Amino acid sequence: MSNQIVQGILLGGYYALIACGLSFMFSVMRIINLAHGSLAVFAAFALWWLASRFHVSPFVGLLIVLPLMAAIGWALQRFLLERSARGGALLPILTTFGLAIVIDNMLFEQFGADTRSLAPYIGSLSYDSWEWPGSIYVGKLAVIMFATAVILLGGLQLFLTRTRLGRSIRATSEDPDTAGLVGVDARRANAIAAAIAMVTVGLAGAFLGMRATFDPYAGAPQLLFAFEAAVIGGAGSLWGTLVGGIVLALAQTLGAQVHPQGFLIGGHAVFLVVLFVRLSTSGLGLRGLLRLPSRSAS
Amino acid sequence: MSAASTSPIIERGTTTSKIAAIAVAVIIALLAIAPQFLSAGAVDRMTALFIYVILAAMWNALAGFGGLVSVGQQVFFGLGAYFAIRLADTGLNPFASLFVAAIIVGVVSWPLSLFMLRLRNGEFAIGMWVIAALTHLLVNLDRLVQGETGTSLISLNVYDAGTRRVAIYWLALGSMTALLAILFGLLRGSTGAAIRAIRDNEDAAASVGVRVTGTKRLLFVLAAFGIGVAGALWLATSITFQPKTYFNVQWTAYMIFMVLVGGIGTFEGAILGALVFFLIETWFGGTGVWYLVSLGATAVLFSLFLPRGLWGTIEERFGLRLLPVGYRVILPGHAPADDGTAPSPEQTPLDQEKA
Repeated sequence: MSNQIVQGILLGGYYALIACGLSFMFSVMRIINLAHGSLAVFAAFALWWLASRFHVSPFVGLLIVLPLMAAIGWALQRFLLERSARGGALLPILTTFGLAIVIDNMLFEQFGADTRSLAPYIGSLSYDSWEWPGSIYVGKLAVIMFATAVILLGGLQLFLTRTRLGRSIRATSEDPDTAGLVGVDARRANAIAAAIAMVTVGLAGAFLGMRATFDPYAGAPQLLFAFEAAVIGGAGSLWGTLVGGIVLALAQTLGAQVHPQGFLIGGHAVFLVVLFVRLSTSGLGLRGLLRLPSRSAS
Repeated sequence: MSAASTSPIIERGTTTSKIAAIAVAVIIALLAIAPQFLSAGAVDRMTALFIYVILAAMWNALAGFGGLVSVGQQVFFGLGAYFAIRLADTGLNPFASLFVAAIIVGVVSWPLSLFMLRLRNGEFAIGMWVIAALTHLLVNLDRLVQGETGTSLISLNVYDAGTRRVAIYWLALGSMTALLAILFGLLRGSTGAAIRAIRDNEDAAASVGVRVTGTKRLLFVLAAFGIGVAGALWLATSITFQPKTYFNVQWTAYMIFMVLVGGIGTFEGAILGALVFFLIETWFGGTGVWYLVSLGATAVLFSLFLPRGLWGTIEERFGLRLLPVGYRVILPGHAPADDGTAPSPEQTPLDQEKA
C-alpha cells in the first residue's frame, strides 16, 4: 500500500505541472483557457513528430517545442484572448472552447486516431527505477517529473516575487488600470504571462507523452485534471497546486484499488467533495475558487 | 407641440411581429402534416432538426439569458436517454418513458443547481464538464448499459417502422413547440424582465431586488429538462444507447455553435442557429474531420468578430423584431430604442462580470 501512496504522490507532480499553467493564467488574466489540455497534447505530438521523423530525443526536442509554445502563448493572448476578454467574462470560455475543438480535430486530421507515446524515444528511462527501503520501486521518470514540478513551481514563485517583470505581472493581475498608471504595460505583461503559461503546458505535454499514451482527443481529460488539481489546491499559492495535484492523484490511486474503473471516479469525487466543503464553509463562490498566487506571496 | 406627441411611445407587438406570429402558426401546422408528403429519410432529418432547435434554445436560455455558460450540458442529454432506457426496462411504455425520463432529469438538476450555481463563469463551465464526465463513468457501471458496449431501447420495436418514425416526428415537433412556448412565455412575463436584467448586469439587478439565484435556478432546471427531452428523443430515433455518444462533449459544442452563430441572448437567434447548423451538417457532415474543424473555427470567429451572432446583428441593423419578448420605447424623432430585447451595443449579452 505504501508503494501505491508513493506512486500516487509522484503522479501528483504531473498534475501539478499541468495545473500550474491553468491557475497562473486564471490568476493573471481571469481567463480559464479551455484549450489548455489540447495545447498540452499538441506539444506532446510536436515532440513525437520530431522524435519519430528526425530522431530528435524528446529532451532535445523541448529546446524547439518550448520556445514554440511560448510564441503560441503570446499569439494566443494578443490575437484571441485579448479581443474576446473585451466582450465580457463569458466570451473567452466560448473562444477557447472553439479553439480546443479546432486543435483536437487538426491533430486527428494530421496524426490519425492511433495512440502514441514518447516512451520508445527516451531509452531505458521509461522503465528504470530505484529501489527504496521497504522494497518500494520508484520510476526514475516519475521522480524527474516530480522534481521538475517542484523546481518549476518554485521558480515561478521566485519570478513573481523577486523580478521586476514578475512584479509587473502581479500588479496587472491585481488591477490593470492602476498598474498602467504607474507605468506597467498591461498588454505586454499579459502576453508574457500567457507565454510563460504555455511553456509550462509544453513541459506538461512532454511528461504526458513520456509517462503514458496520448491521442488527438486526450486534451479534454487533461484539462479536467488540471482544473481539478488547481481547484483542490487553490488556497492561495502556487504550492497549493502541488498539494492539489497530489490529493487528486492519491484519490485516483485509491479509487483504482476499490474498483477497476475507480481511477477517474475517485479523482472526480474528491474534487466534488473538496468543492462542496469549500463552498459550504466560506463565501468563496463569489470571489472565485482559483485565487491569486501573488496575494500570499506579497 | 402637445405633450402627447413628445412623450415616448411604448410598444410591444408590431405589425411585423403580428405577421410573424401568424407565420409561426402556419409553419407549425404545415410541419405537422408534412410527414404525409416527405420521404422516410426526410422525416428523420426533420426530427433531428427539431432536436437541434431544442438543444440550441435550451443552451441559449441558460447562457444567453441566465449568463451561465456550461460545457457540460451533455450530462442532461445522456441522462435523458439513460433514464428512458432504465424506465423502459421496468416495463413502462417506451414513449411514456421518454417524457418521464426528462422529468426525472429536471428533478435531478434541481439539487445539482444548489451546488453548481455558486460557481462563477469559467468555474461553472468546466465544473459542469466534470459533472458530465463523472456521470458518464457512473452510468457505465450500470449492468444494464454494459459499459461502453451500450444497449438498445428494444421495447420500441413493437411498433412498426413507419408508425414509429411518424410518432417520433410528432413528438419531437410537439416537444419543440411546447418548450419554445414555455421559454417565450417565461421571457415575456415578469420573470422575463428579471432574466433580462440579470443578463445585462447581474450585480445591478440584485441591487434593485431581482431574485438572481432563483431566476437562474429556474433557467438551469428548464434547460436540464429540455435537454433531457432532446436526449430521450435522440434515443428514440437511433434506438441504440452507447454512453460514449450521448455523454460526448460534442453535443455541447453543437449547442455553442448554434447559439453563437444564431445570436446569443435572442429568442429567434437560437432557432436560426439550429437551422444554419442543420444545413451545414446536411451539406458538409460527410467531410468528417474538416467539418468539425470548421465548426470550431466558425465558433471562434463569431465569438471574436460577431459576438451577437447573425440574428443579433440583423436585429440591430434593421430594428426587426419577429417574436418580441421585451418592450421598446420609441422617442419622437429618434430611432427605436430598446429596453432589453437587444442590449445596447456597448453592453453585449456577455458583458456580465465586473472584474
